[in-house]
Amino acid sequence: MADTKIVDARGLSCPQPVLVASDEMDALGSGRIEVLTDCGASPENVGRAAKAKGWRLVSSNEENGIVRLVLEK
Amino acid sequence: MANVFAGRTGILAAGGAIGLAAALLQFAGNPANMGICVACFVRDIAGSLGLHQAVVVQYLRPEIPAFVLGSFAAALMTGEFRARAGSAPATRFFLGMCAMAGALVFLGCPWRALLRLAGGDGNAILGILGLAAGVFVGTRFFKAGFTLSRSQAQPWSAGAMIALVAVGLLVVRFFLQPDPVAGTLNWLWASVKGPGAARASLFISIAGGLIIGVLAQRSRFCTMGALRDLFLFRQMHLFSGVLAFVLVAFVANLALGQFKLGFEGQPIAHTDGLWNFMGMAVAGLAFALAGGCPGRQLILAGEGDGDSAVFVMGMLVAAGLAHNFGWASSPAGLGPNGMAATFVALGFCLLVGVMNLKKA
Repeated sequence: MADTKIVDARGLSCPQPVLVASDEMDALGSGRIEVLTDCGASPENVGRAAKAKGWRLVSSNEENGIVRLVLEK
Repeated sequence: MANVFAGRTGILAAGGAIGLAAALLQFAGNPANMGICVACFVRDIAGSLGLHQAVVVQYLRPEIPAFVLGSFAAALMTGEFRARAGSAPATRFFLGMCAMAGALVFLGCPWRALLRLAGGDGNAILGILGLAAGVFVGTRFFKAGFTLSRSQAQPWSAGAMIALVAVGLLVVRFFLQPDPVAGTLNWLWASVKGPGAARASLFISIAGGLIIGVLAQRSRFCTMGALRDLFLFRQMHLFSGVLAFVLVAFVANLALGQFKLGFEGQPIAHTDGLWNFMGMAVAGLAFALAGGCPGRQLILAGEGDGDSAVFVMGMLVAAGLAHNFGWASSPAGLGPNGMAATFVALGFCLLVGVMNLKKA
């Protein structure tokens, strides 16, 4: 999707994936964000942060140790 | 695969279970208000390996390798094991040293700080406030763009190194018999008096450690993360697990006759409030910058994180130096060089924080 903002948090450890994802959610206000992370606790943390900010976790898929989270608002 | 421990009920159950296990390990023979303590137990291991000669705190604690192996097994079974490293390993080594220096000024890691509170030790309050202050400063660095840069994927064997060492330590502990007169564990050192001599039986220690390792891996239980998420995101998730940990340990201590309220004469603790605060503040800052309390670092190391393994090595080395050079406190009070070590560690952590700000 053309208007999807990609947040590449691969290789970043906690709490940075949540921080960069949160910054992007705040910057965009609404839209569609795809977060890439390979930090074990981060998919759950990003999901919680998104919920708190009124974003919806549309999907969460793992491939080769990389979790791809799609957030929408 | 859905993680049953990722939800609110899960983190409450995991926190509570770890608190209960800690109280039971004390009841089974571990030192007072120290059913589990990552800083103290790593320090004991440093002593058993001869890295320091403080004769009352030397023992090859099976809980530490068991935490790592519990995490390793849980991560393997759930497909979460991922060998990775390369996020400023040398910086993390020295952060691990700072963390240990601060923790030994206070006399405990955050897990033990909470267990001391749950055992009625009022001196823990200033330690926990110090921890919160240190973590708060750490969150300001993250807000300002602090990062230790990205890690990279590594070969499977690189991620399994710390688990291999853990197996080695358990095998050694299993086959070597303590000599209660000589103060040795065959060719290793082992205290005959003091906290190092207070120990649960080998199998209870290993079982307790493995259970805690699995629970902590699945739930991401982390005392530093609990405070950090509260400060950064106003999130109560991990914090609720910490509350459950304290509450269950408190109730279990009452039930087992392990609760003693007061400030004076508390086990393996001193009453110097300022330095209880300062020690934990430095440790808290180091934990925050490195992304986890000592327990969490062990769990991450078990999951394949080589950078956390390096942090743990830093803790081990600093534990030796802390007793060789008088940084560590004792029940009598501060070590002769405890204040100096705290200030040097604080200065180093602040330097690391400032030097790794990436945003303009």
